[in-house]
Amino acid sequence: MVASATVPQPEIVYRHSLAVRLTHWVNALCLLVLLMSGLQIFNAHPTLYFGSISEPDRAVLSLDAVERSDGSYAGVTTVGGLSFDTTGVLGLSQGPSGRIEARGFPQWITLPSYRDLATGRRWHFFFAWLLVFNGLAYLAYSFLSGHVRRDLSPSRDEIRHIGHSISEHARLRFPKGDEAKRYNVLQKLAYLAVIFGLLPLVFLTGLTMSPAMDAAFPFLLDVFGGRQSARTIHFLCAFALTLFFLVHIVMVILSGAFNNIRSMITGRYAIEPEEPRP
Amino acid sequence: MSGDAKISRRGFLIRGAAAGGAAVLGGCDQLSQSPAFRDLLYKAESLTKNVQRLVLSERSLAREYSEADLSKHFKANGSTGVADPAYQAMAKTGFGDYRLTIDGLVERPTSLSLEELRRLPARTQITRHDCVEGWSAIGKWTGAQMTPLLQSVGLKPEARYLVFHCADKLGTTSNYYESIDLIDAFHPQTILAYDMNGAPLSVPHGAPLRLRVERQLGYKHAKYVQRIEVVSNFMMIQGGRGGFWEDRGYEWYAGI
Repeated sequence: MVASATVPQPEIVYRHSLAVRLTHWVNALCLLVLLMSGLQIFNAHPTLYFGSISEPDRAVLSLDAVERSDGSYAGVTTVGGLSFDTTGVLGLSQGPSGRIEARGFPQWITLPSYRDLATGRRWHFFFAWLLVFNGLAYLAYSFLSGHVRRDLSPSRDEIRHIGHSISEHARLRFPKGDEAKRYNVLQKLAYLAVIFGLLPLVFLTGLTMSPAMDAAFPFLLDVFGGRQSARTIHFLCAFALTLFFLVHIVMVILSGAFNNIRSMITGRYAIEPEEPRP
Repeated sequence: MSGDAKISRRGFLIRGAAAGGAAVLGGCDQLSQSPAFRDLLYKAESLTKNVQRLVLSERSLAREYSEADLSKHFKANGSTGVADPAYQAMAKTGFGDYRLTIDGLVERPTSLSLEELRRLPARTQITRHDCVEGWSAIGKWTGAQMTPLLQSVGLKPEARYLVFHCADKLGTTSNYYESIDLIDAFHPQTILAYDMNGAPLSVPHGAPLRLRVERQLGYKHAKYVQRIEVVSNFMMIQGGRGGFWEDRGYEWYAGI
């Protein structure tokens, strides 16, 4: 009780602007719906290829249901010629009706849970538009307000000391004091890679799957190496975005879940004072 | 005691999280089936269509490939045959009795035999067929160009859409049908194909005549075409959405 008087109180800073907070949550909703409806669409033909067309001998990933020698069925995932038994999760799993069915991804991660390509596409394109409008609003705000330059661009100094930052993160030691008021250099690079790398790539490869867009912009086919390559890259982007999301959630929790989530809702973020050195 | 309490608390949390997750997923399924929410999702369709039409010039062509790019195996999807006895009788005689009817809002309703169709101005194109399921195949198509055919029958001023009535039923009681508007009807790559890969169209691929409308997905490329009806709108035809799959929730403009 006496000690509380001597412990320095955390400083509260205003970390995220309203525009960033709003676009963050809209983005999160869109990406979640796009992932789940995208897996519904993928399940209509759960095989990926490189090139223009779907020649079976050029498949790079395939989620199949196959009959075992004893007459039972198994889910098999084939990646680059290697096959794995993934019964229950990939290739073969229990559907919403309770029956075991041949399906690429399981029902708990597709939207809708039951097989319905038409409705999956409706969800996908509606939220793709929302993601585009939200992304454009975010980019307009970020460039005009200086958010990109001020908060996201790493300085030369930060790049030079990136090794130190990596080792600190690996030991789960997160910045305190003044350092915590800014995004860390690894954070900056991760956000820049998503905003200016993965999201534009997932958007363009999505368009390349469209026969109408291919007629309007034939260079898309050349850039991505054909419609089936574009579909594969689109899928890999979704996988990379999911990985980003998982690491993002882990970092949010490890570096102070309540403080982080509060700052993304209200904007207010508590800065832990730096520990006095011994 | 305290150990038991911990386990049950953990069990409670896990069950709670599972139930919460299931509620969210169940909620998404309920939303997927709610007419009001479906109306909201469907609102994106006209935006998608209008933007595609905006960036797509009426003359921009789907990519054409070379003979070397042809698919070794071109999957036949949807109906791969027709149960109708009249069709089967025609198939036995090499479609010698086949006639394509063109009627509706035209000045000169017509019916054409396969031989007459083969004498019309033709076009051969090697194009990529993109299925809504996600796969693609490349085939070589030869067929009557739609533009001179439509000019010869003469469209009435109120004509807006071509409706393709087909012989197949695809597991239901209603016949397959499709529709395109005049922008796609007059596109240079829109043809009524009677040859595929240099041979007469096979039954699985829609013999004797199928539509090729190259800038759209596979389900628009109606097979087993029997009749082209020119209409001002398609609201009174079958489900009213302009096609077999459109009546089952798919987009009428299938550019993506």
